[in-house]
Amino acid sequence: MLNIGGLNQGVVIDHIKAGNAMKIYEYLQLDKADVCVAIIKNAKSNKMGKKDIIKIEGPISVDLDMLGVMDPDITVNIIDEDRIVEKRHLHLPESVTGIIRCKNPRCITSIEQELIHKFKLTDAENGVYRCVYCEQAFRRN
Amino acid sequence: MKHIISPLDLTVNEMTELLELAEDIIKEPKKYSSSCQGKKLATLFYEPSTRTRLSFEAAMLNLGGSILGFSSADSSSAAKGESVADTIRVISSYADICAMRHPKEGAPLVASQYSSIPVINAGDGGHNHPTQTFTDLLTIKSLKGRLSNVTVGFCGDLMFGRTVHSLINAMVRYDNVSFVLISPNELKIPDYLRKEVLDAGNITYREVKNLDEVISELDILYMTRVQKERFFNEADYVRLKDTYILDAKKMELAKKDMLVLHPLPRVNEIAVEVDKDPRAVYFKQAEYGVYVRMALILKMLELA
Ligand SMILES: [Zn+2]
Repeated sequence: MLNIGGLNQGVVIDHIKAGNAMKIYEYLQLDKADVCVAIIKNAKSNKMGKKDIIKIEGPISVDLDMLGVMDPDITVNIIDEDRIVEKRHLHLPESVTGIIRCKNPRCITSIEQELIHKFKLTDAENGVYRCVYCEQAFRRN
Repeated sequence: MKHIISPLDLTVNEMTELLELAEDIIKEPKKYSSSCQGKKLATLFYEPSTRTRLSFEAAMLNLGGSILGFSSADSSSAAKGESVADTIRVISSYADICAMRHPKEGAPLVASQYSSIPVINAGDGGHNHPTQTFTDLLTIKSLKGRLSNVTVGFCGDLMFGRTVHSLINAMVRYDNVSFVLISPNELKIPDYLRKEVLDAGNITYREVKNLDEVISELDILYMTRVQKERFFNEADYVRLKDTYILDAKKMELAKKDMLVLHPLPRVNEIAVEVDKDPRAVYFKQAEYGVYVRMALILKMLELA
């Protein structure tokens, strides 16, 4: 595997579905953050075949739980002094407001632009979120 | 103040109270003829649905109240691009309660978030239509005498039929209710309903293709329309369509006290000859729709 070098202190977001790294990068607004970031695309994975990884140097102050909403397979490791000090368990939030969007063309959110898209966790085991307006399940792709 | 957006917005107890009130209205409609004097119902219909709108309006008029509203999007401010939120804020100062029909799913929920008067969902696209479900429950409760210990057959288009999904969701809350789901393969109930409601709730149900084979087991037969457009090919439609048409011959196989329900309008899925059978209660069902809406308006305005 391509070696990006060790991380002294920071966060490793691993097991990102291959192709999704940029979406996560954008959500975390890493383009605006003054930190060193490595994006590894299409890394080999025993579990997933291919995966993406993001390594971020230094502390970041975003809600990492949201990553689980976007991609439930993601794992997050917190690194300090070259060691994994915490394998962060992503806790799926009960509701998600203004981050993911309903794609149902029959939903009221499809015609009223100013409505804030809101989802509720309806099946915690499978990580299913449904739009509060039309109840359509959120599709990750 | 409470809004009614989904059929499950009422608890089982609240549903019992609603149906009891509706049954009292059936018995003594005069007693309620001026209960809503001075109150106004706004019917905000962003798409035409004459049947539902008239049922709401008849309900309010029967209670001595008055009505105002619009019956299609082009006669309303929506045509000028006003949002549901703004419309309801304005209507809130004109009326005491409102019923909203909208082609987009979730529109009545949006309205309820900005409204200062109770909002009733009168149908939002293919999503929810709670007063239809309440009508069905009142019909069964009132004519069968119970909502538990019944075998309910649903026949026809079970995939796209919103009324079927809602009634299944509402009936699983009662004891010992089982379902026989009668449809062609293409029109079986959606997966989520099978898994998340029936299987998850340990409900007894069977999926079959032929009405003849099972009609004798049913206490309730809920008919729906099978639309030609839903079939993959013409040949299948021709081959199957008679299976899902209820006629006098099939009625001979049914229990003497089975009830036949249908949300109306009917096209050809129930032969006209069945209308005179006392077990055919679909016109009575439409009448009960007015009573259950009367009861709902009274409850939501806290007048009963
Ligand atoms: Zn939606």
